[in-house]
Amino acid sequence: MTLPVRRFDAIVVGAGGSGLRASLELSRANLKVAVLSKVFPTRSHTVAAQGGIAAPLANSTEDHWHWHMYDTVKGSDYLGDQDAIEYMCRRANEVVVELEHMGLPFDRLENGKIYQRPFGGHTQDYGSPKMAMRACAAADRTGHAMLHTLYQQNLRANTQFFVEWMALDLIRDPQDGAVLGVTALEMETGEVSILQAKATLFATGGAGRIYWATTNAFINTGDGLGMAARAGIPLEDMEFWQFHPTGVAGAGVLITEGVRGEGGYLLNKDGDRFMERYAPNARDLASRDVVSRAMTTEIKEGRGCGEHGDHVLLKLDHLGPEVINQRLPGIREIAIKFANADPVRDPIPVVPTVHYQMGGIPTNYLGQVVVPEGASKEAVLPGFYASGECACVSVHGANRLGTNSLLDLVVFGKAAGEQMVRDIAALPRPHRNLPKDAADASRARLARLDGATSGERVDAVANDLRRAMQAHCGVFRFPEELVKGVEMVKAIAARAARTSIGDRSMVFNTARIEALELDNLVETAMATVVSAEARKESRGAQARADFPERDDANWIKHTLWYREGNRLEYKPVHLKALSVETFEPKVRSY
Amino acid sequence: MKLTIYRYDPDQDERPYLKDYEVELAQSDRMLLDALVRAKAQDDSLAFRRSCREGVCGSDAININGRNGLACITKIADLPQHVTLRPLPGLPVIRDLIVDMTQFFRQYESVKPYLVNHDAPPERERLQSPVERDELNGLYECILCACCTTACPSFWWNPDKFVGPAGLLQAYRFLADSRDQATSERLDDLEDPYRLFRCHTIMNCVDVCPKNLNPTRAIGKIKEMMVRRAV
Repeated sequence: MTLPVRRFDAIVVGAGGSGLRASLELSRANLKVAVLSKVFPTRSHTVAAQGGIAAPLANSTEDHWHWHMYDTVKGSDYLGDQDAIEYMCRRANEVVVELEHMGLPFDRLENGKIYQRPFGGHTQDYGSPKMAMRACAAADRTGHAMLHTLYQQNLRANTQFFVEWMALDLIRDPQDGAVLGVTALEMETGEVSILQAKATLFATGGAGRIYWATTNAFINTGDGLGMAARAGIPLEDMEFWQFHPTGVAGAGVLITEGVRGEGGYLLNKDGDRFMERYAPNARDLASRDVVSRAMTTEIKEGRGCGEHGDHVLLKLDHLGPEVINQRLPGIREIAIKFANADPVRDPIPVVPTVHYQMGGIPTNYLGQVVVPEGASKEAVLPGFYASGECACVSVHGANRLGTNSLLDLVVFGKAAGEQMVRDIAALPRPHRNLPKDAADASRARLARLDGATSGERVDAVANDLRRAMQAHCGVFRFPEELVKGVEMVKAIAARAARTSIGDRSMVFNTARIEALELDNLVETAMATVVSAEARKESRGAQARADFPERDDANWIKHTLWYREGNRLEYKPVHLKALSVETFEPKVRSY
Repeated sequence: MKLTIYRYDPDQDERPYLKDYEVELAQSDRMLLDALVRAKAQDDSLAFRRSCREGVCGSDAININGRNGLACITKIADLPQHVTLRPLPGLPVIRDLIVDMTQFFRQYESVKPYLVNHDAPPERERLQSPVERDELNGLYECILCACCTTACPSFWWNPDKFVGPAGLLQAYRFLADSRDQATSERLDDLEDPYRLFRCHTIMNCVDVCPKNLNPTRAIGKIKEMMVRRAV
């Protein structure tokens, strides 16, 4: 049986902020582009971003892209690639102004300019105690406003969407490894097709669902990472997972750092504003890894709040109902619904919660996927691009600053789109021939599932995976726990290959979708725990009890994890920027 | 907790039926979506959409005891012990609680839901005063869940001709934007016996909106704009 083949100039997998910014570039260039998404575009997880997007517009405080670059390099704990960071910070104003022109309803200052608020780790004058007001905000719904705006512009540009289509596997040319497209499942019919293109972009987002307690949506299952790993492409720096300091305790739902940007702060059970002890200058606006460790330490040392002493409190009632209703209305809604606390009066119980994956598919700052080949550690893989959370450019290094994520989505979504336009123009008109076995891997996965009459339930295996990751690869990491974690994930991976589902329908079979997602969760979790176990130092979001110090002599390097044999390789960090001097590693304090 | 859920799989079922589920809730299960996930753990063939689980993505709109709402922000504590769940009314059912939203999105697209401004873009942001920006509050927050439109009898009757509350809310979102220049084209497009004027202020939309938005007021404002331009 041959599968239907559809041909395009470009395919974008994922319709969040980055995918939609890229597709806009491609559609505007009059290319034939297909955007695939598991969910209707405005349901993508960008919609949940709250606090803002960073740009040194200097609307409220003096600011400069070079200061932003310094903060980002320091925030990354010197693991970020400085060429990519310079590129992002230099393009920030341009892409944010463009979003405004597209209609994004930013909040405004009295003079009519975009409202900006302070955010953790964003400073003036290269880390001075003065915070920069750099986060451009639409109340506390910036991601929602951005995602809808980008979708609307894509409607205008007539982008072709394949809604509720799940990409299954990458197709590569056996000759030179070039990426030729993907196999994909149409959820409504259960049918599998081949989508072929001259350029394929992954903008598939994060995989926070590998953890038990996460701010991430159900759909964040690392599909792009799984597909890349199965196709032999390494994953970079997967040990670095950001725990957001303020997830609602018990529920996981995000409370934006913008609350602290507006003047909220954290308290332990003694009513002590403990961040003053951990970060005397920036206090509650220190970098997220720093705040999450401080909170975890407070809780561990018995100063947590509540019956079980398992969370701390985020106080913001002193901001007054006016500021809360004007700047943080969504937070108020969430706190009332998920924490039974109206922040106008009551503090919100919060706990560090998995939020963001700094690692991903290795790319350069043009969005091209780069892999070791021959003498090069970063050979461009023809036809393949990645941007947004699924990519590791790497601008976030070992720890991302708040509001740099939305910026990353748009800058590198646009950059990847531009690069794809250039590359497609340079290619011959006809598509390459597809290999005969193009869809074999996907078919085998589906055939196994459809043929399995007995086996473990998918949700049971997925829940065990999440528990294992939560217990063995958390805010603080312990050597014996990591070793055990690797063994547990290996055992779970074996179980994932023996699941079965009860649903036999072809129509919108969500059990099948969840089983296919489990394969991607497993690859992501394996990459994470193996990379974390091997990195014998503490840097950014990786905090090891047995190696509590940063080790610049040995570990300023990126991890590359290969699925085949769980193999690790390393490659140098780009310390050299594009046009400015390197920011040399120094002690990181806030 | 007892859930009675509408089931229909066109692959195997001749007609839809209701199926009962008895779900054991854990202490951490606060929202109806948590109960639905429990039901799916018993029976993985139960199909529904969900994503953000915090009321911002708009995936899990369903009909809960006769009233449209989002499962993820409907508290179990606010519901009776026995809850009946059906797909959103007025749209074709694909399977179980999943409806075909094509018609809904077609109406949304029909209002040209994007900013139109023909001036050459300035180097920096276009200016907008806080007062002008406040006009967009209560409009831009729409999550396109379709709770309102599928609760509207006028949409049930004329889903192909009446834009419906969600689409009209977005039409007004751009009419109300000081940066938008397509006011008269937008009003022309809606000046039609069906597209706008099928709204009979039944106000089901206001009643069910999980984000507390008010499409009826926005529709009223559009009508006001039409009157003002006519005189």
